[in-house]
Amino acid sequence: MSGNYNLNKTAFDTLLDLSKLRPYGDTMNDGKVQLSFTLPVADDERGAEAAKQLARKMGIADPNVAHHAPLDSSFTFYVVYGGVAHSVDYNAIQVVTVQEKTMDMEAVNAYIREHIGRKVVVVGASTGTDAHTVGIDAIMNRKGFAGHYGLERYEMIEAHNLGSQVPNEELLLRARELKADVLLVSQTVTQKDIHISNLTGLIELLEAEGERQNYIVICGGARIGHELAKELGYDAGFGVGKFAEDVATFFATELARRSGAK
Amino acid sequence: MLTKLNLNQNTVNKARQSAARVAADTQSFIDRHTTVTVERAVCRLLGVDGVNAFEVPLPNVVVEHLHEKGLLPMGTALLLGAAMIETGLTPQQIAEELAAGRLDLSRVEIRDVETAHAAAANIARETAERIRANAAARRACLAEYGDKDAPYIYVIVATGDIYQDIIQARAAAVQGADVIAVIRTTGQSLLDYVPYGATTEGFGGTYATQENFRLMRAALDEVGAQEKRYIRLCNYCSGLCMPEIAAMGALERLDMMLNDALYGILFRDINMQRTIIDQYFSRVINSFAGVIINTGEDNYLTTADAVEEAHTVLASQFLNEQFALLAGLAPQQQGLGHAFEIDPDVEDGFLMELAQAQMAREIFPDAPLKYMPPTKFMTGNIFRGHVQDALFNAVTVLTGQKIHLLGMLTEAVHTPFLSDRALAIENARYIERTMRHLGEEISFREGGRVQVRAAEVLEKAAALLAEIERRGLFAALEAGVFADIKRPRDGGKGLSGVVRKAPQYRNPFVDLMKGGVAQ
Repeated sequence: MSGNYNLNKTAFDTLLDLSKLRPYGDTMNDGKVQLSFTLPVADDERGAEAAKQLARKMGIADPNVAHHAPLDSSFTFYVVYGGVAHSVDYNAIQVVTVQEKTMDMEAVNAYIREHIGRKVVVVGASTGTDAHTVGIDAIMNRKGFAGHYGLERYEMIEAHNLGSQVPNEELLLRARELKADVLLVSQTVTQKDIHISNLTGLIELLEAEGERQNYIVICGGARIGHELAKELGYDAGFGVGKFAEDVATFFATELARRSGAK
Repeated sequence: MLTKLNLNQNTVNKARQSAARVAADTQSFIDRHTTVTVERAVCRLLGVDGVNAFEVPLPNVVVEHLHEKGLLPMGTALLLGAAMIETGLTPQQIAEELAAGRLDLSRVEIRDVETAHAAAANIARETAERIRANAAARRACLAEYGDKDAPYIYVIVATGDIYQDIIQARAAAVQGADVIAVIRTTGQSLLDYVPYGATTEGFGGTYATQENFRLMRAALDEVGAQEKRYIRLCNYCSGLCMPEIAAMGALERLDMMLNDALYGILFRDINMQRTIIDQYFSRVINSFAGVIINTGEDNYLTTADAVEEAHTVLASQFLNEQFALLAGLAPQQQGLGHAFEIDPDVEDGFLMELAQAQMAREIFPDAPLKYMPPTKFMTGNIFRGHVQDALFNAVTVLTGQKIHLLGMLTEAVHTPFLSDRALAIENARYIERTMRHLGEEISFREGGRVQVRAAEVLEKAAALLAEIERRGLFAALEAGVFADIKRPRDGGKGLSGVVRKAPQYRNPFVDLMKGGVAQ
């Protein structure tokens, strides 16, 4: 009996079937999820019932409102647990990823020496009205982030960090001056999708000036993925959990490919 | 206060003296110059408000006119005073005439400099009276409800829409927030004007406008009366309009304002001469209005490493302190900043945070220190994030920080939801309650890790300040002594708005306001 107080026979098949993938709580296929949300109503039994009904509509068969608390007279916070009825076919899933393997700093340097034979010039900025430098700094600053050195430390990379609130026009001007190979654009603020308009603006500018092909153009940020980046006309996009070496591996190999090197 | 760190007082004194000499040396430059935003702040305080047909604020209309005609060195007060005598109009009416193109201040004769200054000074005294009344209203509320002894719980609203901000702020106040900061929209710091009216569009924040200040102030007064607590309002005096926003804050009874002597230079690439001049007048206004300033040292640590660059935080606190004193801000108005930003993977990182916070407490005993939560190493793992915030809250309570900016478990995911803020307040209040007097029970081992760490940071800060003193502030900023950021003396934004004062220049508000909280 040790710790298992649930005497009901489980109603689901406990064998893993990747064509019907479901969340895992403590038993295969139990579908257990946790979610929390706020409803703009008072904290009472009617509100809790509303939270339950909402969870059922999300496909949670037997929702348990584990916690509810008032945030104000007419806002209530709910924490709900339950088993989700839905499943997905894992076998059929295909995703677009930037690259299979990431080289470390020394491997990137060696790769550039061998395949490109000169320093790669990278110009990066947080563009538009975005005042946050945390993203671009994490990739470019010498110190890097979480133990991953930034591009400034790479011997075979000449990195120029223009900082924040850089207009797209200025980024392009500096890219021309510095004869950049790679443009790195970071976007942190994503409220009301302002990052989309900033990012699209750069590609439109490059195309209008007939210079899109001159650069490898990469974007990054907490809410940016490779798929979104491709959709917006970028060569690659890097989100959470990606570091300088991921970005460097991509542009080094891409630059080598473009220049037709072996 | 009992010292727990056994800091070397000679080193503390040496560092403070270096900072004082740097500030005094810079002050002589400040005293010889004015800027377009200083002059626009004078306009605002003389009662000029509103916009022209092209949405250009009237203070900009007046000051651009003076700048174009080469009259700015004489100062707005003198020119408006002379025009008042000649036309019999108020400063607002003069601004409207200028906007309509019906007046040219270069054609106004200054018959007698003293009389013209006196005309402006009469209005200035009325404005000072209004600001004094605001400060008195704040004191009356605090006397009625009492003020909080424990750290002020400070939360942020950032919807972009002032009316949504009000809903969020009211809810936060009910949950226990003591200070509401309305984050500014990204990009406002680089506008060389202050937008006008109530606004509902912003990115990552809401425009700082006088009307938005007024709306939020009224809402917080209302919820404060209901909760029987005085809810403080905070906004940003940073960017290209420091003194103007300080003026708006004084007129609408803001209680706290972000105001750093160096932040704009380092992190917004605003020209160093411009910022140094602007910060002075903005702080003179803040001091008179009884505002607590919040300085921005936390920003060093989001760019540079919190273990290696901890001394730059302390050095900057010393400089901010000295610049604040020169502008008349009492130590009790100096919310010197720092932050909990050491990588969670660093062994004994918590000890270093404790050392830094306790050191700031002991070196600046009367300052209501502003303590900022982890942001750099918040990952989207909200569960770990909530624990990081709990450790930060523990340091806050243990070391008696005063302005406690709460971390959000969803930092790095989105601007706070209503529930994120409620969870943060619950976390902070729990720790504040359960650890209330733990700090009094703790002493640090003589020569132990915490004491050694604090001594190292202090030594390095004193050495850095000695170097800044040797080079002079501007040259030191050019050399990149802070956060590895190099700024040229004539580079950056806003230099064209700096002018050298003429002999007849006078700013009536500096004379009226400097040297004291409005009584």
